[in-house]
Amino acid sequence: MTAIDTSYIAGVRRQRESKGRRVTLGLVLALILASAAALTLGDFPVSPEEILRSLFSPLTGFANKGVDFIVLQVRAPRLFLALLSGAAFGLSGIIFQTLLRNPLASPDIIGIAHGASAAAVFCIIVLGWTGLAVSLGSFAGALLTAFAIYILAWRNGVTAYRVVLIGIGAAAMLSAVISYLFTRARLFEVQQAMAWLVGSLNAARPGDSVVLAIMLVLTLPLLIALVRGLDGLELGDDTAHALGTRVEQTRLGLMVTGVAFAAFATAAVGPVGFVAFVSGPIARRLMGGAGRGIPQAGLVGALVMLVSDLLAQHALPNLQLPTGVVTGGFGAVFLLWLLIVSGRSGRVN
Amino acid sequence: MQASQANKKTGRAATLGLGLALLGAALFAIVLLSMATGARPIPIDMVWSALVSYDPNSTEHRIIWDLRLPRTVVGVLVGAALGLAGAVLQGATRNPLADPSILGINSGAALFVVIGVSAFGITQLNLYVWLAFAGAGIAMLVVYAVASLGREGATPIKLALAGAAMTAVMQAIISAVLLTSPRTLDEVRFWQVGSLAGRSMEIALQVSPFILIGAALALASARLLDGLSMGDDVARSLGQRIGLSRGLAGLASVILAGSAVAAAGPIAFVGLTVPHVARAITGPGYRWILPYSMLMAPILLLGADVIGRIIAPPGEVQVGIVTAFIGAPFFIALVRRRKLATL
Repeated sequence: MTAIDTSYIAGVRRQRESKGRRVTLGLVLALILASAAALTLGDFPVSPEEILRSLFSPLTGFANKGVDFIVLQVRAPRLFLALLSGAAFGLSGIIFQTLLRNPLASPDIIGIAHGASAAAVFCIIVLGWTGLAVSLGSFAGALLTAFAIYILAWRNGVTAYRVVLIGIGAAAMLSAVISYLFTRARLFEVQQAMAWLVGSLNAARPGDSVVLAIMLVLTLPLLIALVRGLDGLELGDDTAHALGTRVEQTRLGLMVTGVAFAAFATAAVGPVGFVAFVSGPIARRLMGGAGRGIPQAGLVGALVMLVSDLLAQHALPNLQLPTGVVTGGFGAVFLLWLLIVSGRSGRVN
Repeated sequence: MQASQANKKTGRAATLGLGLALLGAALFAIVLLSMATGARPIPIDMVWSALVSYDPNSTEHRIIWDLRLPRTVVGVLVGAALGLAGAVLQGATRNPLADPSILGINSGAALFVVIGVSAFGITQLNLYVWLAFAGAGIAMLVVYAVASLGREGATPIKLALAGAAMTAVMQAIISAVLLTSPRTLDEVRFWQVGSLAGRSMEIALQVSPFILIGAALALASARLLDGLSMGDDVARSLGQRIGLSRGLAGLASVILAGSAVAAAGPIAFVGLTVPHVARAITGPGYRWILPYSMLMAPILLLGADVIGRIIAPPGEVQVGIVTAFIGAPFFIALVRRRKLATL
């Protein structure tokens, strides 16, 4: 009797694992295709062979100045920035959604993105900063907001419900700050701030993706170490405690990681809306209960960001849209589609 | 035993009823205060005489009738509508984050206003009302239709996600329009703060029938919301038709939130948080949460409007900003202090 049970359980586990692998593989393939498109498309079309040759030119020594410039200095930096920031947004979103057990609790709703935005608008309108300084300001704003929310939510420990409520209180206040600054500033400054708030990859520089990559590589081990603790936390605090999970440390660690991912990405590309919010639900839907889908959410985030950026660049002739305008539309259409096809089980999350 | 329990119950009802009466009195006081304060302070007895015996030759009387009374009436209507809409939405979707802005109502209104301004050059506040109302209604209809696709119908999670998705689509369009049309940005940035300034009696008359109908629907749905709060399965097994209940509650909140955003612009904070405060006082049970929210929200809104008129003379700070700045710290303190009843 027991033998049958264990073999059945092992079978189910194998099925889940293979499903997880299939989803990951599919996402990676889609990413490769989209990346190829990102390198090929543009005012100056480059053939796939030329791209490969350019990419490996530091090794082979083969050089074609014009093509190398387009591929290595213009398109590749933008591609890597899209991939990295998208993955960071996706991971940050699913960490918060899983931790707070609410699909609405992504950093763009519970105040962290608002903190970054308010800080950036303040830097642009009041201090008159531009460029990198604004990014650093928004980074500080995100961290400060998250820290404040956590401190305010702390009362003999932190509960998900309290973090969510205090987060939306903070979000309301910070949006009010933005609106107030908007009504007090000159129209030119408002336009500038508005463009930053929508988020864009149009100004991608080669250095940006390198900084972002270093930051992500440094943070990733923390996430990997902490993810196991989520199994415990999902059972509820008391059960998790009884099973030996260090509830508070795990939660704090995960929040720090989530905030770090959101803040790094925002500093690099601005608060590109909605990528963090949709990646989790999409990944979970793709997995169909075969796991929590955290790495998959990172891949989904990268894909959403990259495809949105492609559309932003090439969908309308002679007009480059900010990426944030497209992520909103694109992510939302995807989410609506998910809702429509989720009829079978009725479950979204 | 039973008698003492019944006693306890009537005792609690009496306390809560008394609280409601106190809130009513506080609202009346803040209404008078709202008519007395402004760039030109008017003593309360003068306010009273202006209301009961209008003298067209007195400047003060004209200020009260032409400016402050309409503004105050709009404030009371909008506040009550926001409080009720928030409470009903949170109950119907069983999500503490549900509010008109999450479900796409505010963005729908904003989208229509933005299109009206940029494509048709509309700049009168009176026309904004109808644009915003149409936008709010259409957005909510689409959200509800999308969420009810699939076998399970409009489950709370699907409603919230569909709302957030629609919000994102519409925000994307709004951003695209605002980035390409500086004239629209200039016009709309003052509307989208949320303000009671310059609202005429005409606006109050335009939205009041909708708010009355919405409020009646909302207050009548208290029992349905109590049923839904036990979870879909329990509610169904008690014989409740959950799709119908949720539809009714949704209709009430659209009418209310649509009228509010039409009259005063998107005011985000009030509908979201006032129901949580009400719930902390009354405990679960929408029979009390709804009327408490309906009276507390206009107190917050008018109070914030009065403060906004005092703090930055000779100008004023828009009410949407003041509610967030005064309401949010209060709300955060409350969340910290009490063990709030979860939904």
